[in-house]
Amino acid sequence: MNTPTSQITGLFNHPIAFKSLMDEIPLGVTVLDTKRRIILLNRSMEGLTGFVQQDVEGIPCQCVLRCNICIESCPAQTLREETDTKCMEGNIINRDRQKIPVRITFSPIRNTGGTTIGFMEVVEDIRFIKELDAKMGQAFGFGHLIGASPQMEKIFRVLPVIAQSDSSVLITGETGAGKDFVAEAIHQASPRVRDPFIKVNCGALPETLLESELFGHQKGAFTGAFENKPGRFRLAHNGTLYLTEIGDLPLSLQVKLLTFLDDKVVHPLGSTKGFHVNVRVIAATHRNLEKMVHEDRFREDLLFRLNVVRLHLPPLRSRGDDVRLLLDHFLNTFITEFKKPIKGFSAKALRILLDYAYPGNVRELRNIVEYAINVCQEDLIQWKHLPSYVTDVRTREEREREKSEEQLVAFPAHIEAKTAKEPGAEERAGDLDVDWATVEKRMIMEAMIKAKGRRSKAAALLGWGRSTLWRKMKQYGLAL
Amino acid sequence: MAKKVLIALHGNEVAPRFDLATEVLIASLAPDGTVQEDKILVLPRASAEKLCHMILTEDVGVVICGGIEDEYFQYLTWKRVKVLDSVMGPFETALERFREGSLQEGAILFDRARKGQDGD
Repeated sequence: MNTPTSQITGLFNHPIAFKSLMDEIPLGVTVLDTKRRIILLNRSMEGLTGFVQQDVEGIPCQCVLRCNICIESCPAQTLREETDTKCMEGNIINRDRQKIPVRITFSPIRNTGGTTIGFMEVVEDIRFIKELDAKMGQAFGFGHLIGASPQMEKIFRVLPVIAQSDSSVLITGETGAGKDFVAEAIHQASPRVRDPFIKVNCGALPETLLESELFGHQKGAFTGAFENKPGRFRLAHNGTLYLTEIGDLPLSLQVKLLTFLDDKVVHPLGSTKGFHVNVRVIAATHRNLEKMVHEDRFREDLLFRLNVVRLHLPPLRSRGDDVRLLLDHFLNTFITEFKKPIKGFSAKALRILLDYAYPGNVRELRNIVEYAINVCQEDLIQWKHLPSYVTDVRTREEREREKSEEQLVAFPAHIEAKTAKEPGAEERAGDLDVDWATVEKRMIMEAMIKAKGRRSKAAALLGWGRSTLWRKMKQYGLAL
Repeated sequence: MAKKVLIALHGNEVAPRFDLATEVLIASLAPDGTVQEDKILVLPRASAEKLCHMILTEDVGVVICGGIEDEYFQYLTWKRVKVLDSVMGPFETALERFREGSLQEGAILFDRARKGQDGD
């Protein structure tokens, strides 16, 4: 079919050919008329589908693209005025009978009067992404998160499900546990992936600035407001707004956030009208919000609204073998990045790293590995290449252990066995100045507390007979 | 001996995807090309495996469809079923062309409107 070459005028001094412009786009683009028949296929789309434009002009799009989405529910029929564009993942079968996973962005084309005169479909081949996803899945992870522990596996199982919904999410966990990565992974796996992911640190800005930052302001609303500012909520329209350190959000703004979560309407500072925004809110904090509610520092109603889906990230020290997995992961990452011929950790360095408590969680572990790789000039990372605070903790712990072991030798054998198991045993072992009578008196009192006042049980705990316990209690003035 | 033809359907047209077809036309053609019997079957759900099974149990000799995955194309060909794929257009026209012996893979059977003449 011979059609005149479409041109774009007004953009440059001379008209340009529309098809040649489209051909330069590295994604498959097709332009459809209002009845969803092909008007144009760019070069990438021809490559993807295996059809050339001349052959398929005027043919319904679903016969050419052969996408499952077009056949099951055509996006043009479900396109709403206010949303404008739709982004979906599906698959196509091309002329070579290959099934290709694709991401399709479908949008209407409007004339200057606002009337829909056609549609544009942008098709992205996501085979590579899917393969990568599969590989990452095999590597015990989700997005940038890595872990093989049961706690993390549980999180990986629920994350894709959470991502597909629009519910508010509250992520809790210690600093460095990976809250930001979880928020990003949820956005990446959600249908909002093509739209913005906006992060706001509620603890980073003073109250007045934060309000303007989040909700925007109108020109002239306050001194220095020279221009209209849309605010983060409006910038995140159709996407995700990630509020980190939500526990640090001032009470006055908590009310405003609460109103937004109810109405989905943003009222910029100094503005008389509100703006409807479609935003998914993900909040995160390392603080105990329930405790803050109890102390009147966080609104209970806001907590209820945010706490629709709660994700708690476990601290690294309770994630068992994940420490080794993460050590190897970051080692490989930094070896590649810094181009160092390091093969791994020495046995002693590994033992120190596995024994360390990581109060800063994964972030701290990552920094330790990065430091060690920078410092190390050998094949293996030795203990001397580790930051001193890691090895110092170890030696301090070792010293304490040795000291307590030495002291336990001084106790009679049967007492030693008991005290080592009992809470407070380390404290007792550390008291070198006290005499035996004081230790025995304290032991009796602890056993009585533990046995809730029952003498027979306390005697059993101490490994004594009831009469011995009675006699000793009388001796120390503990008998009633 | 009558030859059986199966056309995967999507409304009044040849289904753009074999694996997503929920209706099929099975026509028995006499050696001279006349239709001896035809029936439209509605499938409980779209499934390429179920369709392949039906093709073999119904002893179909020719399948006419739009896009088909290579795996199913190879399987049917191996089972001596001729597959005419990438056919686009009304199923009646496709059957007519097949009876005449002029239907080929990739045939476009739509009456196409010229660009900008869609009446909108």
